[in-house]
Amino acid sequence: MTSGNLAFAEAMRQVNPDVVAAYPITPSTEIPVKFAEFVANGMVDSEYVAVESEHSAITACVGASVSGARVMTASSANGVALMHEIFPIAASFRAPIIFGLVNRSLGAPVNIHCDHSDSMPERDSGWIQIYCEDAQEVYDSVLLAVRLAEHEDVLTPVFVCQDGFITSHCYEPVELLSDETVKKFVGERKAKYPLLDVDNPVSYGSFTMSEYYFEIKRTQIEGMNNVPRVYKELTKELAEYTGREYPALDAYRAEDAEYLIVIMSSATGVVKDVVDEMRERGVKAGCLRVRFFRPFPAEDLKKLAKGKKGVAVLDRSASIGGTAPLAAEVKSALYGLSEKVPLQEYLFGLGGRDLYPRDAEKVFSGLMENDYSDTARYIGLLEKDEENGGN
Amino acid sequence: MAGINLKELTKKQNPLTEGHRMCPGCGAPTAVRQALMAVEDPVVVVGATGCLEVSTTVYPYSAWRVPFMHVAFENAGAGVSGVEAAHRVLSRKGLVREKIKFVAFGGDGGTYDIGLQSLSGALERGHDFTYICYNNQGYMNTGAQRSSATPISANATTSPAGSAIPGKLQRAKNLTEIVAAHDIPYVAQTTLHDPMDLIAKVKRAVETPGPAFVNVLVPCPLFWKIDSGDQMKVCKLAADSRFWPVYEVIEGKHVLSYKPKTPVPLEDFLRAQGRYSHLFKKDRERMDLVAQGQADVDREWERLLKKCAG
Repeated sequence: MTSGNLAFAEAMRQVNPDVVAAYPITPSTEIPVKFAEFVANGMVDSEYVAVESEHSAITACVGASVSGARVMTASSANGVALMHEIFPIAASFRAPIIFGLVNRSLGAPVNIHCDHSDSMPERDSGWIQIYCEDAQEVYDSVLLAVRLAEHEDVLTPVFVCQDGFITSHCYEPVELLSDETVKKFVGERKAKYPLLDVDNPVSYGSFTMSEYYFEIKRTQIEGMNNVPRVYKELTKELAEYTGREYPALDAYRAEDAEYLIVIMSSATGVVKDVVDEMRERGVKAGCLRVRFFRPFPAEDLKKLAKGKKGVAVLDRSASIGGTAPLAAEVKSALYGLSEKVPLQEYLFGLGGRDLYPRDAEKVFSGLMENDYSDTARYIGLLEKDEENGGN
Repeated sequence: MAGINLKELTKKQNPLTEGHRMCPGCGAPTAVRQALMAVEDPVVVVGATGCLEVSTTVYPYSAWRVPFMHVAFENAGAGVSGVEAAHRVLSRKGLVREKIKFVAFGGDGGTYDIGLQSLSGALERGHDFTYICYNNQGYMNTGAQRSSATPISANATTSPAGSAIPGKLQRAKNLTEIVAAHDIPYVAQTTLHDPMDLIAKVKRAVETPGPAFVNVLVPCPLFWKIDSGDQMKVCKLAADSRFWPVYEVIEGKHVLSYKPKTPVPLEDFLRAQGRYSHLFKKDRERMDLVAQGQADVDREWERLLKKCAG
């Protein structure tokens, strides 16, 4: 039995990265704390840099990564926000950093519980974003992320996201691979242009005006576009050891479904249970869990949502004044369909509010009753607000 | 300065190529060249955002003959920490050369102001690196704004000398002493008055295990409003007027490196630069501020002498 945080830390121990630079913040603190323990007990060969801020944590990671080191770190919420400036720099340097992002709501008000308001603002930073449903998936994803980030056709840093407290702190059975198997799977990093190669000096972080900036961004876009192809091979390869394969878009009883809920991360479990119950009642319900938010599996989603009687998208973070991130992606993916799929947007779970089976049932009922509104509805608000779907 | 032969050193290749885009008369490239001249081991340089960084790395070119990394403005200390940590582990594994020196360059904006936390963290953690602040006393890359290194009464674009306010109203922060308070093995303050001084100080800094810091006063001809050929002359006035004392703090002990035989009045240093010209305007001169500046210099000099004696 282990938790999402400890599963992440255990994967780190087995990967044995060269450098970890981190700063504590709830709910990801356990990751660096556990790792510092591994270092103190000589269980890894890594340098642990106990920096004075998250901004310095990610900066030190960038410095170490371009030096040729394999680098990992973790953070949450305001810590992630403080690092914001450096994320696009890391991506542009093609620094394959592995980042344990334990999702927590952004202040204010201060709240330590889960929503996706910390990672979603980073969706345009040029990093790969993987969202995990449970601790097992966190563990497996760290191993996949190392290979994916360092693949020469990708060379892009990866956020491995898990829901704060729900996944990070709850204990559940997690199957671990042997140290030897992990070592064999992840191999060693071979950096192409390491800063520490003093015989072949390179400059990182150049000054570039309109003459070349666009072209450099384009190479990042190409690297991200290569992710689906590279990832498909990697998840197959890891499945040879684990028996577990993770598609970019996790489809649960979705192919023959008439009604779909699209959701991410830990709340998916509740929806899957409700799908099973509804199926028993003869309702063709299904669920799509978006695992890769970047790159977004738009084609897969389009195929699976095509011809459905109704689709509900449940976002765990808002884009105040606009369409919430997941709904925006789903709508964009479905735009190319010749026949429009009816779609209802929902906002749920902000600040760690739970999603209950009755909530998911109500969402399915709405789809079945053809009850749509032009604006997003709220799930589980305290206020009586029939118009917006409040309780 | 034992073991340093300037004639020999001039034969050594400059880590910066010709053709970089720094202004004529700028003190920063002079400081870079002198600083790295006497470093024998290979060097990896980390730079904070600033004139030096933008003018030496105009893509697809780079003026750096040594490895160079710039991440952002406020984090050269953290960046060099990561590089140095990577070197420690990769050299343990035999994957990189064992002996590499790490030198970070930041302007006063990136060091005194926005980068102070990052620098302080790196110093406290004890990374083996040398941080060189090329201090031209303001934000030159954005056009001569005041920083916490800008001296009192200087005319900067965000502390302009106007009819109501005579330039910057606050004294500069004493960063050298703030860094020394971190109790690191080596701290120094100097300027470009004598090439041998900076060469020797940086040599000592990089050869000292653990963190070292050198604060070097360098003119910006545009902000200081001096002729581009007067770089060394103005630096000499800074040292000779005791406006910018040249000293070291070695293992916590203050040591004066340069005592002007006949100190020149601060007024000579101020009159040499256009950024103080408002103090000397006919009918509107502010000799009271000049006198106050002189009193500040005298007081700080006495404080420093006491530290050196103690």
